[in-house]
Amino acid sequence: MLVKELLGHGFKPVTLPDGDRVIDGVYIGDLLSWVMGRAQMDNAWITIMNNVNVIAVASLADTSCVILAEGVELPEDIAKTAEEKEINVLTSSQPIYETAVLLAGLIS
Amino acid sequence: MSEPLIFHFDVDGDNFTSAGQASTQVKKNLRQLGLSPDIIRRVSIAMYEGEINMVIHANGGTADVIVTEQYIEIILADKGPGIPNVEQAMQEGFSTATDSIRSLGFGAGMGLPNMKRYTDTLEIDTMVGVGTTITMYVYL
Repeated sequence: MLVKELLGHGFKPVTLPDGDRVIDGVYIGDLLSWVMGRAQMDNAWITIMNNVNVIAVASLADTSCVILAEGVELPEDIAKTAEEKEINVLTSSQPIYETAVLLAGLIS
Repeated sequence: MSEPLIFHFDVDGDNFTSAGQASTQVKKNLRQLGLSPDIIRRVSIAMYEGEINMVIHANGGTADVIVTEQYIEIILADKGPGIPNVEQAMQEGFSTATDSIRSLGFGAGMGLPNMKRYTDTLEIDTMVGVGTTITMYVYL
């Protein structure tokens, strides 16, 4: 499944500079080093962290997109950074578990 | 590529906003050299963890990356407080980061373990009160 195909399924785009990236698996976590240690390349990464370091971690760990769950928003200046670094960021108003279940149904 | 390529960076202390600039730049440089995504990912994550450690614990430092045909060498040097017990610092989950650092999502005690995980060799040269130099190799 491609990142852009999540739109219209409960996920809203904040930045989508590389919507053709493939989602291969999902990782959930808020501790950044834990994510860097365990997330796989091309995973969709679900988190509630929304600081600028999330963008750096998504870039370096090469995840296909960041999904901010629980209705967490991305501050405007950080969205600009995400756009510059070509990081896809989407939001979900659902709690983390429901977001993960929804995603699992879509990518399976 | 016969001569090694050398990239040098100064890492600002106490600046989480700019932390990651060096590793992001290295990622770009390695991509331009045509290295595999897996190698690029390993080098960038190991280096980012080092950068973050220098920001959290050592008020910054320097990062040098040397790219040869056989390996990539990453040297992170700081004049911070040093690591009193390296064996303890290498354990997953051990952290001396403050609550404010943890609130940013850091301080999980995974920095050094991740640097070891993603590189082929990792050497730590540290002296309390003098500083720390970490040298990592990723073989190509």
